[in-house]
Amino acid sequence: MRKINFVLPLVAALATASAFCQAADGAKPTSAEIVMKASFKDRGQAKVDRLNQDETQRLCSQYPLKRPASVAKNIEALNMKLITYPADGKMLGDWKEGEKIAQSGVGKQFSDDPARPAGGNCYACHQLSKQEISFGNIGPSLYNFGKLRGNSEAIQKYTYGKIYNAEAYAACSSMPRFGHNAILTEEQIKHVTALLLDPNSPINQ
Amino acid sequence: MHYFKRAAVAITLITAALTGALVASTSSAQGSSGDATIKEIEKYRQALGDGNPAELWEARGEDIWKQKRGPNKVSLEQCDIGLGPGKIKGAYAVLPKYFADSDKVEDLESRLVTCMVMLQGYRYDDAKKNPFGSPERKSDIEALVAYVTTAARGMKMNVRGDHPKEKEAYEIGKAMFFHRGGPHDFGCVTCHGADNQRIRLQDLPNLTKKEPAQRAYTSWPAYRVSQGELRSFQWRLFDCFRQQRFPELEFTSQGSIALTTYLARNANGGVLTAPSIKR
Repeated sequence: MRKINFVLPLVAALATASAFCQAADGAKPTSAEIVMKASFKDRGQAKVDRLNQDETQRLCSQYPLKRPASVAKNIEALNMKLITYPADGKMLGDWKEGEKIAQSGVGKQFSDDPARPAGGNCYACHQLSKQEISFGNIGPSLYNFGKLRGNSEAIQKYTYGKIYNAEAYAACSSMPRFGHNAILTEEQIKHVTALLLDPNSPINQ
Repeated sequence: MHYFKRAAVAITLITAALTGALVASTSSAQGSSGDATIKEIEKYRQALGDGNPAELWEARGEDIWKQKRGPNKVSLEQCDIGLGPGKIKGAYAVLPKYFADSDKVEDLESRLVTCMVMLQGYRYDDAKKNPFGSPERKSDIEALVAYVTTAARGMKMNVRGDHPKEKEAYEIGKAMFFHRGGPHDFGCVTCHGADNQRIRLQDLPNLTKKEPAQRAYTSWPAYRVSQGELRSFQWRLFDCFRQQRFPELEFTSQGSIALTTYLARNANGGVLTAPSIKR
């Protein structure tokens, strides 16, 4: 309970911070968490509970730039358990739909209409097809992703899983967990998987 | 009148220039695309620096600053922005800082609100009700921000940060910077924790490193060509968190000032170029 002098004036903040107090591991909120929670307000679909962290977010915030190998391993293992593969066993959808999803940055912002399907915004961070030259570089180039890796069942499963929950493969990756956090639907992830792996996809030309 | 005409011409030129630069780079770029665009934009920024439309906000801000306003019918001329009552030259360079009268660490925007309340007698909610302007509804705060920051242009950032509350604000801001959450697991650090990163063609400064952190911080506030508005640093944070898929950062909230304290102190030594022009 350090910095009590700072916490005291924040009666309202404390009330709204009760969610932090009930964190799964029972840890007390830090003064930063209390202040943060009091500094945001619900707007549209983006509620203040989005500041609450799961174990992965908490550990990646604690070790933002590098982390012990054991921590990284734990994060990957716990996320690997959270991947749900399609019940029908099919990982590949329509790459043309996948391209639309890769282009779209709509979704989950308080300024977005939650009724509209979200995009994956893949081009924000990755090169994909050669035709699209406006791409970011936070993630690696995915040009020729399937051409280089083939289209085996194992590669399909890996690709689907990586989109579904990137933290299972690279702890504290910058890539959102599109399936785990319900940004994209199962069908949409299949389409993006096809964009990466289908031999006819522009990515593999 | 002269002012407005000049700025209007500048807006047209900038818009045309940016469009031209983007088209030029789009048609030639591959792989490391974007470099050409950025160079072109930088060139036009320099060429048009004299005609920055931020001057319109600055002029309006000066009027608002000097007018007798509010229930108390006094001007803001005795407002202490950080270097003492009425001293605005260079004051922005020492913010955020602790103020004894409000017993808080304050950034420029919150300090303006504090002066409107303490000096002019406005109700707190009225003073901060229109933080971000639109063409239909201009913001007084943004105009005042332009006026005060222009008076610090060319000066070096010099946030002291030795008061216990300033130290605390810095630590809270730092924690906020690295706090990952929301549906996308994003934190500030996701986009601003490494060198030479881009979202699409937009460069992202590495705010964990001195030189890019200085360059980024000192360029705000800025006239945003795409919005036709002058945007304050509070707006910069508000819109970053929107894109981070976080809830709404409340204007002049304690957290917003803490994060500003972290970023401003990391920019110490950097020369203020604000208000600048951005895409």
